[in-house]
Amino acid sequence: MAIRTEPFVLNMGPVHPSTHGVYRMRATLDGEVVVDLEPVIGYLHRGVEKLAEERTYTGVIPLTDRLDYISSMSNNLAYVMAVEKLAGIKVPERAEYLRVIMAELQRICNHLIAVGSFFNDCGAYFTPFLHMYREREKIIDLFEMVSGQRLTYNYMRVGGVSQDIPEEFLPALDRFLAQMPRCIDEYDLFLKENEILLARSKGVGILTREKAINCSITGPVLRATGVKWDLRKADPYSVYDRFEFDIPTGSAGDCYDRYRVRIAEMRQSLRIIEQALKQLPSGPVRVEVPHLVRPPVGEAYAHIESPKGELAFYLVSDNSIAPYRCHIRPTSLLNLSALRDMAIGWKIADLIIIFGSIDICLGEVDR
Amino acid sequence: MEVDRTGEYIYPDTELDRVEGQVIEELKANSQEAIPDPDQWLEEELEQNIILTTVDWVINWGRRSSPWVSLCFPACCGFEFVSAMGPRFDISRFGMEILRASPRQADLMITAGTLTWKMAPNIKRIYNQMAEPKWVIAMGACAISGGIFRSSYSVVPGYNHIIPVDVYVPGCPPRPEGLIYGIQMLQKKIAKRKNLPQEGLKGLIKEGLRG
Amino acid sequence: MTVALSAKEVAAKLEPKFPASIIESNKDSLLVKSESLFELISFLKTTPEFDFNYLSSITAVDYLDYFELVYHLTSMEHNHSLVIKTRCYGRGNPTVPSIVSLYEGANVQEREIYDLMGISFEGHPNMKRIFLWDGFEGHPLRKDYL
Repeated sequence: MAIRTEPFVLNMGPVHPSTHGVYRMRATLDGEVVVDLEPVIGYLHRGVEKLAEERTYTGVIPLTDRLDYISSMSNNLAYVMAVEKLAGIKVPERAEYLRVIMAELQRICNHLIAVGSFFNDCGAYFTPFLHMYREREKIIDLFEMVSGQRLTYNYMRVGGVSQDIPEEFLPALDRFLAQMPRCIDEYDLFLKENEILLARSKGVGILTREKAINCSITGPVLRATGVKWDLRKADPYSVYDRFEFDIPTGSAGDCYDRYRVRIAEMRQSLRIIEQALKQLPSGPVRVEVPHLVRPPVGEAYAHIESPKGELAFYLVSDNSIAPYRCHIRPTSLLNLSALRDMAIGWKIADLIIIFGSIDICLGEVDR
Repeated sequence: MEVDRTGEYIYPDTELDRVEGQVIEELKANSQEAIPDPDQWLEEELEQNIILTTVDWVINWGRRSSPWVSLCFPACCGFEFVSAMGPRFDISRFGMEILRASPRQADLMITAGTLTWKMAPNIKRIYNQMAEPKWVIAMGACAISGGIFRSSYSVVPGYNHIIPVDVYVPGCPPRPEGLIYGIQMLQKKIAKRKNLPQEGLKGLIKEGLRG
Repeated sequence: MTVALSAKEVAAKLEPKFPASIIESNKDSLLVKSESLFELISFLKTTPEFDFNYLSSITAVDYLDYFELVYHLTSMEHNHSLVIKTRCYGRGNPTVPSIVSLYEGANVQEREIYDLMGISFEGHPNMKRIFLWDGFEGHPLRKDYL
């Protein structure tokens, strides 16, 4: 017997426990199946690009911290690289290695939260999240030794980093590197073959290669579809060409593959940090740059492989102490461009998992 | 399935946007001044005519030892709140174990993040849905006064333009220990609260009979 | 290493197919007329020699006489990149053709440029504000806003 149904618009509002921030979706449903999806964003639009035009080049660095607030070191790095490209400043060797170590530690930190929240969405109420948070607290301790802050570090400067590492940093980092691989193995032991996880995420929210490239998607989401594109290998910046590491890829492009890619990337980051520690030279950590930097007239585009994808800054300068235009390529916003096509045909519960597996941060979407 | 957007209960999205935009503009025009903080309580001593009965003491003890938090995590401070709930700075030892998604079951709103004009009507609605007694902790520089984004075109300069705030916790973001200190200040405030009316039990019965 | 293609060589190759569309080409970027933007980019996307299948970002800058749009294109196959610029004049309601049918990633970026700068894109399926609310007056990122 055919039952007459009507489509119904459900508002998954800005305040919602599983939308990772203030993100709103107007989903049109037929029963429980998603038929159409319209994202509404802008609830955290703070006007960072306009504020950047009123501050000096060094004064924009704290603003960039608050963009993708889970991985502040990467944001700082991208902005500072853009200013150095514009002004033609060369960074000393020790600063480059310190930058790489901080960026890779930040990548591990970010993926711990991403995987923890993914399990939260799948239904494991907070237990894996708290375990992964225990490791994140250790990394935050390391960052606090270096910069004094727990969340928004403000560590990189134009021409290097702001200060050298204290003496307790290297022994603490060695202790951390010794026990982290065992922790990742522990997560794999409990969670990798869990039948609830496999039922909820294998084959769910499939994204094809062509669609991913066409939608300008980057990061683990792109690599899970099978495309081997990582800016650290394709366009090496800083000193990444001196290290040996692999690029993990998935094959099916579903939520399970994105989770596996993130776990594999954590192991590769540990490898890079070990190599960087062996090659760490001594020397100055900062080049003498005037306090009010005045780059010559021109423009620069600098991109890095942040934990979520390609993060880029486009700076235009008119030889004054503030940028004329500072544009930020919003990684998370572009990663969301395929959400509608990925989610149509699935149920609401799957929509939450698909959305969680993309791993966005609203500070970057809305800027 | 073809979605027919002209059905009786489905409004086109442009219409929804227009109505929401009007609500935001109205709220912005009405909230240009800060709402004064509820009662000056930090400096006052326990005055002679405020006598806390045993019943009051028990009720206040119950209320301050288990405040349940309602969701309000726009931005970065949200992550320091999550750290405070985490394994190291455990706030469930103070009774705040539950993070309820429903504002009806919550009595504390910890505003962790920058407030923009687009988000303001939603926060006001969540605050209105919370049942009395309710308290608000403004966490972080953005919640106190707009913070680093104060001069922006779309940021509300502080949550006290929209809802009354009891405790302000400074920092950008404040450390979890700072947040816990703010929560303990609020617990001291709740301990001094008078619940029963002046005449005591007789007054309560009279009120009940009045209906 | 991603090779940034020299705009002069690309201009020399494109000149026979698109006469009078390329205004100038210096070392970094290629400046084209906004009317022929769509055909040029679709040619660059479909020709196997260039094969620019990935749009990195679209930016708009407000130089007070004109608005300049900057497109960063990359090819994952050949690992090279190119910068294309176009200008539109007039502060009232400048318009530029949209490239949403070529790259879906341009959808949200063009809406953002409309919202913050006021440049409309013809051919865009959903041209409305994305970050600011519906009744907001003005376009904040312009140089003459407040």
